[in-house]
Amino acid sequence: MPETTPTPQHNPEHAPTQVEQRAMDLATSEAVAIPTQASSREEVVAAGDGLLSAEEARSLASDAWHELRRNAFFVVSAILIVLLILIAAFPGMFTTTDPRDANLKDHYLGAPQWSHFFQADWFGYDGQGHSIYSRVIYGARASIIVGIVTTAFVAVLGTLIGMLAGYFGGWIDAVLSRVVDIFFAIPLLLGALVIMQAIKDRNEWTVVLALGALGWTQIARIMRGSVMQVKNADYVTAARALGASTWRILWKHIMPNAIAPVIVVSTISLGVFISSEATLSFLGIGLQEPTVSWGLDISSAGDVLRDAPHAVFFPSAFLSITVLSFIMLGDAVRDALDPKLR
Amino acid sequence: MGRYVARRLLQMIPVFLGTTFLIYVMVYSLPGDPISALYGDKAADKVFVASKRKELGLDDPLVVQYFNYLKNIVLHWDFGKAFNGQPVWNEMKRVFPISLKLATVAIGFEIVVGVALGVLSGLRRGKFADRIVLVITLLIISIPIFVLGRVIQWTVAIKWDLTKPTVGGEAHWADLMMPGFVLGALAVAFLARVTRTSIVENLRADYIRTATAKGLPRRRVITVHLLRNSMIPMVTLIGTDLGTLMGGAIVTEGIFNVPGVGYTLFQAIRLKEGPTVIGIVTVLVLIFLACSLIVDLLYAVLDPRIRYA
Repeated sequence: MPETTPTPQHNPEHAPTQVEQRAMDLATSEAVAIPTQASSREEVVAAGDGLLSAEEARSLASDAWHELRRNAFFVVSAILIVLLILIAAFPGMFTTTDPRDANLKDHYLGAPQWSHFFQADWFGYDGQGHSIYSRVIYGARASIIVGIVTTAFVAVLGTLIGMLAGYFGGWIDAVLSRVVDIFFAIPLLLGALVIMQAIKDRNEWTVVLALGALGWTQIARIMRGSVMQVKNADYVTAARALGASTWRILWKHIMPNAIAPVIVVSTISLGVFISSEATLSFLGIGLQEPTVSWGLDISSAGDVLRDAPHAVFFPSAFLSITVLSFIMLGDAVRDALDPKLR
Repeated sequence: MGRYVARRLLQMIPVFLGTTFLIYVMVYSLPGDPISALYGDKAADKVFVASKRKELGLDDPLVVQYFNYLKNIVLHWDFGKAFNGQPVWNEMKRVFPISLKLATVAIGFEIVVGVALGVLSGLRRGKFADRIVLVITLLIISIPIFVLGRVIQWTVAIKWDLTKPTVGGEAHWADLMMPGFVLGALAVAFLARVTRTSIVENLRADYIRTATAKGLPRRRVITVHLLRNSMIPMVTLIGTDLGTLMGGAIVTEGIFNVPGVGYTLFQAIRLKEGPTVIGIVTVLVLIFLACSLIVDLLYAVLDPRIRYA
């Protein structure tokens, strides 16, 4: 790949605002450095003369897609995610055993039968005599729903608030940024616990509500920083000079150019939300029976860890693989969108 | 500098008030009466509930309750009483040092292992060592802490018999090593990745080429030139971790029976014990705000181009 020269972004005037917004947080601190579409496009075109001479200059999206297809991590995680979504949508395709069918007499902690592919006893039985294979298959739905819906919710809310704060600045920014600070100071798991404690009938949607109510701040901060970088670009000035409305500038010019870091962070936080849901269920304050959930199963199997490690292993493995897939996907997308790291 | 600190402290006031009020609303506007809840399945004694509600001021409007609460803290350093009649402050004096110890172990572990792994993989980008570190950090991030904790507890303490499986009330440093290790594992993974990215970006900077061209030993180039310039994202991450590790230890403290902040907080949330929840969260928010101010001030130390007027 062409080596584009990285320019350190610390210029003295810019530094304090970067410091103050401190949008960099945890895993995402890596994501913030993504250049905006315009600049990366220039870089690709400028640096790739030899490489791309035969082709037309590609847009960021198609360039990223081209890059992604050759990334083994992306291919693996994408296949896993498609498979998991299929499992969540049509669990009946993968098993005919009812996950709530319990037979304590014959099946109590039955050992896995490794050669019985896709049979009820493939992964053995748990302490209630449930088929573990059937339970991990049916348990996917709760995790996937919570992950996707929460992420969609925080992405929309965070993008909206970040865009308004970053574009308008002034008192709007001051007020919105303080609101973000207020929500940001409450740890996600802690706040979710307090909210969930209040709710009597807990299900996937209440978990989404609890996680979404507190989980949007990071995306808002990142979007704000990203919009502030983009809003003084020449094409925005040009659009304004041509008489485009504020709404049109925001929607057509600012958002497409500032959204890349949000996509990356959203993908990674999807994994984090799935993990949080399992933690809440594990603590006995998330989903409740009769919902089939990996977190619940890991929690109840923990009591028989020494006698039947398989009862803990399979739901844990499915949970970890799911989280891993989304984090790997986020990594791959970030690498594809950020030519500086190549 | 002084003016900058003053401005930041002023900015913190609305954030502090907002966060504590938000938690206050979340805890107290929840449906269900905490006093009646103490009766469990039995019918509550109406007279007692009414008198207890009056005593705890639960019948006032929420905003009034909140300002009375703040007033008591500021004027008398009184965080209210827990349901067992003990002042919440006494409880906090007991649990915060324990969690601070645990968080210290976790952060020490985070810094030593996280920076080492990050530097190693950043310097050997694309090589075998880098791939291994990437896979390890991905695995640590994906495995939920409640699985990791139990597996480590079972293997290290029960199978190999190297340490006590649970910590208990005394919370000796030696017993806190394994829980600290588990608590810090996620932070190690994040710090290693942030360090790696930062190192990779700075490795191509002009000043590194200059330092190498001057003939400085590689060791000096890496420690003085490269690491120091890569430290801003690392310091940001470590700074926000202290608060997270103290409050976020709910699962770890539960598994290893550490009677710290997370454990107490979880019990209090389950019992709807408002004064304890709010007292602890208030202190956690203060720690969080103090840490973020210190981090911002450290930026100026690390990068002389950043000045605070």
